[in-house]
Amino acid sequence: MSFSLKKGETFGTAQIILFLSIAILVIVVAVPVLLIFANAFWDNNGNFNLHDVMNVLREPDTYQALLNSVIIASGTTIGSTTIGTFFAWLVTRTDLPCKKFMKAMFLVPFMLPSFIGALAWKMLLSPRAGYINRFFMDIFNLDEPFFNIYSYLGIVLVEIMYLFPFVFIQVCGALERMDPTLEESARISGAGLGTITRKITIPLVLPSILSGALLIMLYSMAHFGTVAVLGIENGIYNIPTLIYERIHQSAGSFESIRTGTVLASVLVVSAAFIIWMQNKILSKGHFQIIAGKSFRPMELKLRGLRIPLLVACCTYIAITIVLPTAVIFLVGALPTYGMPFTWENLSLENYKFILFDNQLTKDAIFNSVSLGLSAALITMFTGVMISYVIVKMKVRGKGVLEFLGMLPFSVPGSVIALGVILAWSGKFGINIYNTVWIILLAYIARYMAFSLKANSAALEQVHDSLVEAARACGATMWQALKDIVLPLVRPGMLAAFFLIFLPSLRELTVSIMLYAPTTRTIGVAIYTLNEDGETVVSAALAGVALVLIITGQSIINRFIARTTKG
Amino acid sequence: MATIILESVSKRYEAATIFSDLNLQVEHGECFTLLGPSGCGKTVLLRLIAGFETPDTGTIRIGDTVVASAGEESVPPDRRDLGVVFQDYAVWPHMTVLQNVGYPLKLAKIPEKEYIEQAMRAIGLVNMVGLEKRLPSELSGGQQQRVALARALVANPSIMLLDEPLSNLDANLREEMRFEIKELQRRLGITVLYVTHDQEIALAISDRIAIMDETGRLRQLGAPVDIYESPVDFFVFNFMGVANALRTNRRGDAVCVGEGAQVLHGPPQPAGVASLVAGCRPSDVILRRPDGTADAPEGVLRGKIRRASFLGAVMDYLIEIDGAYLRTEVETQEAIARNLMFQDGDPCDIGFHALHWFDGADVPEGHRPV
Amino acid sequence: MSYVRLVDVQKRFGQVVAVDRLNLGIEKGECFSMLGPSGCGKTTTLRMIAGFEDLNEGEIHVGDRLLSSSRKRFYLPPEKRDFGMVFQAFAVWPHLTVYENVAFPLRLRKLPTSDIERRTHGALEATNLLDVAQKSPASLSGGGKQRVALARALAINPDVMLLDEPLSSLDPHLREEMRFEIKDLQRQFGFSIIYVTHDQSEAMALSDRILVMRLGVVQQIDTPLNVYSHPANRFVFSFIGLSNFLDVERDGDGPCRVAGGGGTLPVSPPAGMGSRLSLAFRPQEVGFGTKGTVDGEVQRKSFLGEVVDYQIKVGEQSVRVQTGRRSPGPEAGETCHLDIRRPFWYPAEEPEG
Repeated sequence: MSFSLKKGETFGTAQIILFLSIAILVIVVAVPVLLIFANAFWDNNGNFNLHDVMNVLREPDTYQALLNSVIIASGTTIGSTTIGTFFAWLVTRTDLPCKKFMKAMFLVPFMLPSFIGALAWKMLLSPRAGYINRFFMDIFNLDEPFFNIYSYLGIVLVEIMYLFPFVFIQVCGALERMDPTLEESARISGAGLGTITRKITIPLVLPSILSGALLIMLYSMAHFGTVAVLGIENGIYNIPTLIYERIHQSAGSFESIRTGTVLASVLVVSAAFIIWMQNKILSKGHFQIIAGKSFRPMELKLRGLRIPLLVACCTYIAITIVLPTAVIFLVGALPTYGMPFTWENLSLENYKFILFDNQLTKDAIFNSVSLGLSAALITMFTGVMISYVIVKMKVRGKGVLEFLGMLPFSVPGSVIALGVILAWSGKFGINIYNTVWIILLAYIARYMAFSLKANSAALEQVHDSLVEAARACGATMWQALKDIVLPLVRPGMLAAFFLIFLPSLRELTVSIMLYAPTTRTIGVAIYTLNEDGETVVSAALAGVALVLIITGQSIINRFIARTTKG
Repeated sequence: MATIILESVSKRYEAATIFSDLNLQVEHGECFTLLGPSGCGKTVLLRLIAGFETPDTGTIRIGDTVVASAGEESVPPDRRDLGVVFQDYAVWPHMTVLQNVGYPLKLAKIPEKEYIEQAMRAIGLVNMVGLEKRLPSELSGGQQQRVALARALVANPSIMLLDEPLSNLDANLREEMRFEIKELQRRLGITVLYVTHDQEIALAISDRIAIMDETGRLRQLGAPVDIYESPVDFFVFNFMGVANALRTNRRGDAVCVGEGAQVLHGPPQPAGVASLVAGCRPSDVILRRPDGTADAPEGVLRGKIRRASFLGAVMDYLIEIDGAYLRTEVETQEAIARNLMFQDGDPCDIGFHALHWFDGADVPEGHRPV
Repeated sequence: MSYVRLVDVQKRFGQVVAVDRLNLGIEKGECFSMLGPSGCGKTTTLRMIAGFEDLNEGEIHVGDRLLSSSRKRFYLPPEKRDFGMVFQAFAVWPHLTVYENVAFPLRLRKLPTSDIERRTHGALEATNLLDVAQKSPASLSGGGKQRVALARALAINPDVMLLDEPLSSLDPHLREEMRFEIKDLQRQFGFSIIYVTHDQSEAMALSDRILVMRLGVVQQIDTPLNVYSHPANRFVFSFIGLSNFLDVERDGDGPCRVAGGGGTLPVSPPAGMGSRLSLAFRPQEVGFGTKGTVDGEVQRKSFLGEVVDYQIKVGEQSVRVQTGRRSPGPEAGETCHLDIRRPFWYPAEEPEG
C-alpha cells in the first residue's frame, strides 16, 4: 500500500485527488454521454418516450443508414480479417523474402488518415473524372467507367486498405510470441505443415483474429471520413454521416438533434456490445501460448510460390500505399484537377498558397497544432493523476474511475461531438459552441482513454516495493513520488502525449461536427475544400498533413526504439 | 539497543485474521529468522515492523521507541531507521548502482564528497566495486540483490529487515549469498530479522528461528539445532526437512509398525494418544543387508527396498515395512564399501538412531517423506 | 548393432560448431541421458534426432531406417519419424480437450475409431488422466499438463521417446515424483528414452547410461555410477556433484605441496603429471581424522539439518567438507585434519586467456 490511509481519517490528500479525478471524468466524459441518452429517450416534457425513438428508427433514411453501417462494417471486417490474417501468416510462418520490410510496410496504413486515402481514391476512381477511369475509358473507348468508387464495394475496399493492420498486428504478435514447441509437438505427432496450420496454429491465434476483427467492426461502424468522401455523392449514408448531415443541415433544430441522439444511442449500444464481446473472447478464449525457451518457429517453404507471392505483396503495397499517396502530392501540384501529370503542369504554387497566403488553411494548421498540443498536454497530466488513483491507491470508488476512463473507447467520435454540443451550448449556463474550446473539450474526452492506458501501463511497472524501498531509506511520500515514481512513469507520459498529439492532427470526425468558420482544423479544411470543389488545394493541404504525420511518427518510432533499448 | 519487541499484536485483512495476539522479541545483534509456509503472514509481520502496515491491536517497539501502537499515530517508515531488503530487489531502474546506494544519504543531506565515500564503502562491503556506474538493467539478479543490500546498509542502520531476499536467485547463488549475508551481519554486529519459507537458509544463517504455521501461530522458537533435533510437534518436524512418519498399530502393550506385527522400540510413549506415529530423519535410519536368517534380530525391523535411486553422491532408498514407508540415503562410497547397493525389491534390515513420537491426528493423510 | 545410431554427426550454426563428430548408439529399451551445461549441444543433438534440425555431416539411423544423411541429402521430416516427444514448456494445445490432445496423433494416422478410442483410453489410464479427459489442459497444473504431453507422446506407442528437459518447468517436489512416473511408463511400455537435461541428479536417477557433453564435444558416455565414481576428466568431475580442487606443486616426482603454504601431502599422484596439479575430491568423501591428508582450519561451520557444511582453510586456499549430522566434527576456529578418502589428480587448470 503506497498511500496508506489511517483509520478515522476522513478527508486527506488521497480523497482530494480521488474527488478531482472523478469530477474531471464526470464533466468531460459522463455528462455528454448521459445527455445523449436523456435526449434520445426523454421528450421535452421530461417523460420517458420509447414511441418516438421507434418512429425515428422507422424513418426510411434512418433505417437505411443503420443498414448501411452494418453492411459496410461487415464487409470491411470480413475483408480486413482475411487479408490481415493472410499477410500476418505470410510474414511470420513462411520463407517469403524481405519479411521485415514487408511487415513494416503493412503497418504504414496505420499512419495514414483513411479520409485522405478516400480522397486519393476519389481522384483515381471517381466515375467520370478519376484518373484511372479516364485512362481505361480513353484506351478502350468505354462509355462506362472502369470502376465506380462511389459504391458500397468502393467504400468497403478503401476501408479495408486502411483497417486491415488492426488484425495484422494482433495476429503477427500472437504468431511471433507463440511457443514454437506447440507446433513442433504436432509435427512429431505426425502432422504435416498444412495440417498444423489448420488444426493447431489458426485455432490457437483465433482469439487474436477475432479480437482484431471486432476492433475493425467497432471502428468501421463509427467511421465517418471514408463514407463522407465516397458515399454522400451517391446517397450512401451510415450512422455518423447521417448524424453529421442532420446536425449540419438543420442548424440544431429539435427534430434533427432528436434523430442524432437516437442514432448516437444505437451506435453507443452496438459499440458497447462489440467491446463486451471482445472482452469475453479475450478473457475466456485467450490461450496461454507464450513460453520462454524458444527456437525459430518452423517456416513453410513456399518454393515456386515464393516469387509470385512476393510480387503480389509488392503490388498490394504499391497500389494501396504508394499510389494514393503519390496522387495526393501530384494533384496538390496541379493548377486544376483533371489536368495530366506532365512536368509543365506540376508546380509548388498550391503548397505555397496554403502555407503562406490562404487564411483558411493557415488557420486550420495553427488550430490543429495548437489543439493537438493542448489536448495532449492536458490529457497527459490528468491521465497520470487518474491512473495513479486507479493503479496505486487503495480507496473506495476507484472502480467508477476505471469505468469512466475507459468509456470513451466505446463511445465513437461523432457521439462525443454530439454530447459536447448538448452539454456546452448553454444548457448549464456555459456556451462555448462555435469556439475552439468546445473542440478542445471533445478532444480531451475522446483521447482520455489513450492516456489512461499508457500511464496505467507505466505505473503498473512501478512495483509498490520500489516506493516502499524509498520510504525505508528515509524518503517521505512526496520525496518518493518525486524521486522514484515520476522518473519511472515519464516514458509512459511521453507515449501518451504522442498517442494523442498525432491522431489529433488528422482528426476529422469530431471537429467536423463542431467547427465554426474560424475554428477549422486540418481535417475539416481538407474535407470542406474538397466539398467546395477546391480539389487541388485540398490535396495540397492533405499532402502537408501527411508530411507532418509521417515526420511525427518517425520521431516517436526513434524515441520508442531508444527507450526500449536503454 | 537494537531490539524489536512485539506485544500482543493482531492484524486482520477484511474477514481474514492474519495473526492475533502475537508476542515476539528479537534481541540486539542477533540473526533472527521467521520461518513459515507461504501465506502464513510472516511478510505481513515484517511490513508491520517496517511501518508499511499498522497493527489492529498491540504495540511494536524498536529499541526504546514505540513505533506503532493500536489507535495511535504510528512512526512512518521513513523515520524508523531500518534497512529493508525486498524479495524482488526493488532497486530503482532509472538510477545507477551508486545513485541507488547513495539515495538514503542524499535524503539525509550529507555533503557530496562524504556521501560518495560512504556509498562506495557500502558498495565495497557487498563486493560490487567497479560496477557502481552501471544501471540495474545491466546487472544479474544476484548483483541487483547486492545493490539492495548495500542500499539497506549504507546509512548504518542498527536493524535490517530481509523479506525472502534470495528466493528469486538460482540455487548456487542462493547458497553463496546466504553466507555473505551471515558474514555481513556478524561483521557489522547489526540485528537482522530474516523472513523466509526456506528451512535450509533458516538453519544456515540464524541464531534463533521462530516457526509460524498457516494460521499465523508461532509453533516453536529456538536455536537451529534445537528445532531440528527436538521438534515440538509434527508440523515443525515436517517443515524442517525430509520427514519419515511410520504409522503404527497396537498389539497388546506393544506398538507395531504399519499393519504388521514387528514391534517398534523407541523412547517412552506419550500417554493418551490414540494412534502413534514414529518420526525420524533419513539420517536416523540404520540400514543393513540381512544376514540370511529368516527373522530379523531383536530390535531390528525387516523391510523391503521399494525404490533404489542413484543420485550421485548418495543412494536414495524408499523402504517399506509392513505397509509403512520411509526414506533414507547412504553415501555412495560407503554403500559400495559396506555392500549396501540395494536393488528394487531387495530385503533389508532397519534400525534407528533416534525416533520421535507424534500424534497420528497431526499427520496428514497420505503424508510422504519428500 | 544399436537401435538408434548417430554416425559422425556434425552441426554448425554459422561459424559455431554446435555438435562435433558425434558417434552414438542407443539400445532398444534403454534410458539414455544427455547432460551438460546450457549451450553444450545436447538440445541440438535431440532436435537433429527429432528432425527439426538438419546435419552438416553424418547420418542418423533408427533400426533399419535411415532418418537423416548429409551425404545423401536425405531428411525424413519429423512427422514421418514416429517418435514420441515431450517438451520443456509442455506444448499441450489449449484449444483441445485433454482427450483430443492425446487422440490427435492417432487421428492423423487415420486409425479406425474404435482403435483411437482404445489407445487414447490406454494412454490416459497409464498417466492417471481419465478423470480429466474432457477438461481443457489449460485448467491443469504444470504436472497435469506434462502428463498430457506424456500421454500424447505415448498414444502411438513409439519405439523411441525424446524428452527435452521435461521436468524443469515443474517445482522440485513434483519433479521428483514425475521422474519416477516416467521410469514406470518406460517399464510398462518398453520404449527407449533419449533424455536431455541439465539437472544431474535427474539424469543419475533415471538413466541406464549418461552422455556428458561440453561445447559440442562428448566428454564421457557411461553408467551413472561410473560417471560419478570414475569421471573421465576434470570437467566431468566438476560438473557432476560438488567438487573441491586444491592446487598443489611438485618437484619432479617428489612429494606434493599445497600451493600457497599448507604443508606436504602424504599421497602422491601417478608419475609424469607435471609440476602443477590439482588434487580433486568430493566434499562428502572426506573425514575428520587424527591425522589426515591435508591439515586446515575451520573457517565456518553451518548446521543444515541432515548435513553439516564446513569451509576449511588450507593454506591460502579453501575447501568445502560435508558430513552427516551424526558424525562428530571440529568447531569453527579449530584446526583439523582432512582424510581424503578418494583423491583424484588433474593437471592444473590453465588460467583463462
